[in-house]
Amino acid sequence: MNAPEREIRQAIDDPRLQLAIYTATGRLIDHRAGVVSAEALPHYQALRNEANAIKKHTIENLDYYLEQLESNIVAHGGKVVYCRDGEEAADFVLDLAKKRDLHMLVKSKSMTSEEIHFNERLERHRLEAVETDLGEYILQLAHQRPYHIVAPALHLTRYDVADVFTKELGLENEVVIEKQTKIARGVLRQKFLQAGIGVSGANFLVADSGAIVVVENEGNARLSTSAPKIHIAIAGIEKVIPRAQDLAVFLNLLGRSATGQPLTVYTSFLSGPRRDTEIDGPDEFYLLLLDNGRTKLLADPEKRQSLYCIRCGACLNHCPVYRKIGGHNYPWVYSGPIGAIITPQFHGITGDTWLPFASSLCGACAEVCPVKIEIPKLLLKLREEVAQVKRNEGSDGMGRFAFQLFAWVATHPKIYLLLASFGSIFFPFVPHVGPLKKWASQRSVPEPAKQSFHQYWASRGGPAKRRGNDGA
Amino acid sequence: MSLFVTCIVDQVFPQVGIAMTQVLERLDYQVDFPKAQTCCGQPAFNSGYTEEARTIARHFLNVFRDSESIVVPSGSCTSMISHHFADVFQNDPKLLAEVQALEPRVWEFSRFLLEAAGVEDVGARFDGVVTYHDSCHALRELHIQSGPRKLLAKVRGLTLAEMGAAEECCGFGGTFSIKFPEVSGAMARTKIESIRKTGAATVVSIDSSCLMQLQGVIDRAGLPIRTLHLAEVLASR
Amino acid sequence: MTAREQILGEIRRALGRAASQPPLFRELPAPTLRIPRLDRNLRTDLFVQKFETLGGKAFRVRDASAVLPVIAELLEEKSAVASNSPFLRKCGVTGLPQVHAGFTERAELKQACADADVGITSVDYALAETGTFVMLSSHNEARLVSLLPPAHIAIFPRSLILANLDELLSILPRPADQTSSMVLITGPSRTADIEQILVRGVHGPGEIYAVIVEAE
Repeated sequence: MNAPEREIRQAIDDPRLQLAIYTATGRLIDHRAGVVSAEALPHYQALRNEANAIKKHTIENLDYYLEQLESNIVAHGGKVVYCRDGEEAADFVLDLAKKRDLHMLVKSKSMTSEEIHFNERLERHRLEAVETDLGEYILQLAHQRPYHIVAPALHLTRYDVADVFTKELGLENEVVIEKQTKIARGVLRQKFLQAGIGVSGANFLVADSGAIVVVENEGNARLSTSAPKIHIAIAGIEKVIPRAQDLAVFLNLLGRSATGQPLTVYTSFLSGPRRDTEIDGPDEFYLLLLDNGRTKLLADPEKRQSLYCIRCGACLNHCPVYRKIGGHNYPWVYSGPIGAIITPQFHGITGDTWLPFASSLCGACAEVCPVKIEIPKLLLKLREEVAQVKRNEGSDGMGRFAFQLFAWVATHPKIYLLLASFGSIFFPFVPHVGPLKKWASQRSVPEPAKQSFHQYWASRGGPAKRRGNDGA
Repeated sequence: MSLFVTCIVDQVFPQVGIAMTQVLERLDYQVDFPKAQTCCGQPAFNSGYTEEARTIARHFLNVFRDSESIVVPSGSCTSMISHHFADVFQNDPKLLAEVQALEPRVWEFSRFLLEAAGVEDVGARFDGVVTYHDSCHALRELHIQSGPRKLLAKVRGLTLAEMGAAEECCGFGGTFSIKFPEVSGAMARTKIESIRKTGAATVVSIDSSCLMQLQGVIDRAGLPIRTLHLAEVLASR
Repeated sequence: MTAREQILGEIRRALGRAASQPPLFRELPAPTLRIPRLDRNLRTDLFVQKFETLGGKAFRVRDASAVLPVIAELLEEKSAVASNSPFLRKCGVTGLPQVHAGFTERAELKQACADADVGITSVDYALAETGTFVMLSSHNEARLVSLLPPAHIAIFPRSLILANLDELLSILPRPADQTSSMVLITGPSRTADIEQILVRGVHGPGEIYAVIVEAE
């Protein structure tokens, strides 16, 4: 499939959008830098190494830790439901809601639920799923998908929000942000108190404790998991970590990498329904463990490190390409560099073949990834796979031929030199042809040198006479 | 020692190779230029044509096998040789061993001056305000950041004005600049905005590909800024 | 085949093991917990500094008997719901006329919290480096008291202040053994979802207070 060229151009030509993306991500970049500097966090690199090692170990022994997690959840009175795909996850929830005669649930932010179109599946069967994270709530009303893993409504202005509220809630147009927040708070409070089910995601699943960890700033996850009588958590199987004490590594990295907060406002460590001695909390707890293709990624030893991701969004913030094209120009809910490497792995390499190439391989993502996923390396691997597929299909004619020719020329120096001297004659015509036309659409074309370095060297008759000691 | 000038310098910016030669010869090095050299294979590798990259890389190994040291006026090409040749030959133990033996002998130009020659002051003179662009491979794969700045600090008459977000990519990325020209152009324009704010009339980098990208956008915008390779600045007197 | 069997089987196959083969692995090294040496005074000072940078307001009182005037002034005429923490009783807080306490039934508690202007709790621990309250759900501390009302006051002895999260995890390596819910509260509820402009008090309390009793 081809890149969404028109939409990309639109995004780049929209100065308001460009400013919104650039300043929002710029702020997140600065906040992160402040809290991972050598002064603020001297052991930052050690933490990254530890996080990578823990994830590697866990992913390579995933079945063991999932079984341990499951047995501990059950010991605390909860239930684990393995779901092969989004349909199984949604069916479980629909079934449960039907059994309990419940028609509305509240939901806190979960990219995994977006991945499986959870809300849409439920709504088709008339089970209302209310998003309670402010950004997600606004997007739900506006029927849009998230723009960024951590800042979903990054692309909207207060005027957009005002219009959405007016249209969907029937209210007078309110553009003051604080008041907009109060409106949402008021509407959602009622939902929290009435809902029979609360659904959350999970940032981590803790195997030795039978627990999930949910981090947030608003309090909607706490409310969704504490007020309703039933709590359902949805999480990908790769979210598991071995021990509660491993949170010292992951919690010290997650908030800092995502938003520059050493800890987010609320970090909840939840292990099942309320205990007998506790006054409030849910009576029932279910953890839906989702595969949805993760076992496919697991099968590739070089690329399975993609599963280490803790969804901090740092790679998005630092990616110069994301900062120009924005989250909606990626084909899936996961955007930015992490989206670029996992989308082809989940959906097949023949899908969006342009995606691994939409990168200058600058490496900023790998530099900031808290779990040290080698994103540029994986992009190169995916590019190789795309080239293979095209070769097998016989569909990449020109591209492959050009590089084969180039390789041949580059291994035959006399031909290389000969063509080079012709090139300086033909160069003026080139901007109007193919790839060079694309170059010329943005930049002036450099003139080839009148004399190549090879020619210069030949003309000066070789190396200069030795003068003193040779340090070579 | 041997020069690997890189295909872009050879064909488009030979003055960079000439400047590099001048600087090294002034330091009394005997400079050699193996004539059979062509390319390091990075364009093929970055496009997923590993087989073709392997062919080109094998030729490189043949040409430079006997060189005591190889100096390269490019962070990205140096990185291709010292970091990615290992990926290209990962299934060929013999060539992999050759690559590993080669790696300590490959030097990016500024690093050669500072660490092999042990020199910070090459006697250069360049009047004006200059800003330095950190090219991505140099910065993130070779960890070259303070080195070029140390060299620039010793250039008489030169004032270094740091740009904000100096580590942001210029948008070249090889075939990326052709496959995604609008994005590439937009990235360069953001970079040029950072450059403009410094008031510098010259942008310096250790990678000609970045400079070509930036100069292309600068010229299209009609700005009075020029781009120079570090070697050219260090060769000026 | 159940979904469970299929998924676990595919995981094993993906990792190069037969479907029924269990893993053989080397143990992970013990977690590295980094706990700075901070004396009591430094801990309290640091906690207060971080707490107030987040937008909270801290009070330091000499002993339990000095708590009441601070609370009375904070509450003014507002209504409050208090948790069942014995420490609150000790400080006399539950005796104030506008404070409703002693809830043991979930529905009543939920209603009281939804109606109240202020929630008053103690804490199980506090973390100095991040200005955090650590609250474990129990008979003494219900979840909703620190969550539903728009303001939250935590009253606690300074001996409960730990250095940081690492220290918390070193003394509490398995929180799930004790409670179904451990929450770390670091500042007032907030969002920057609209135009990246910070707004406090989205769903959780927008105003938080710490009353630290030095003598305890």
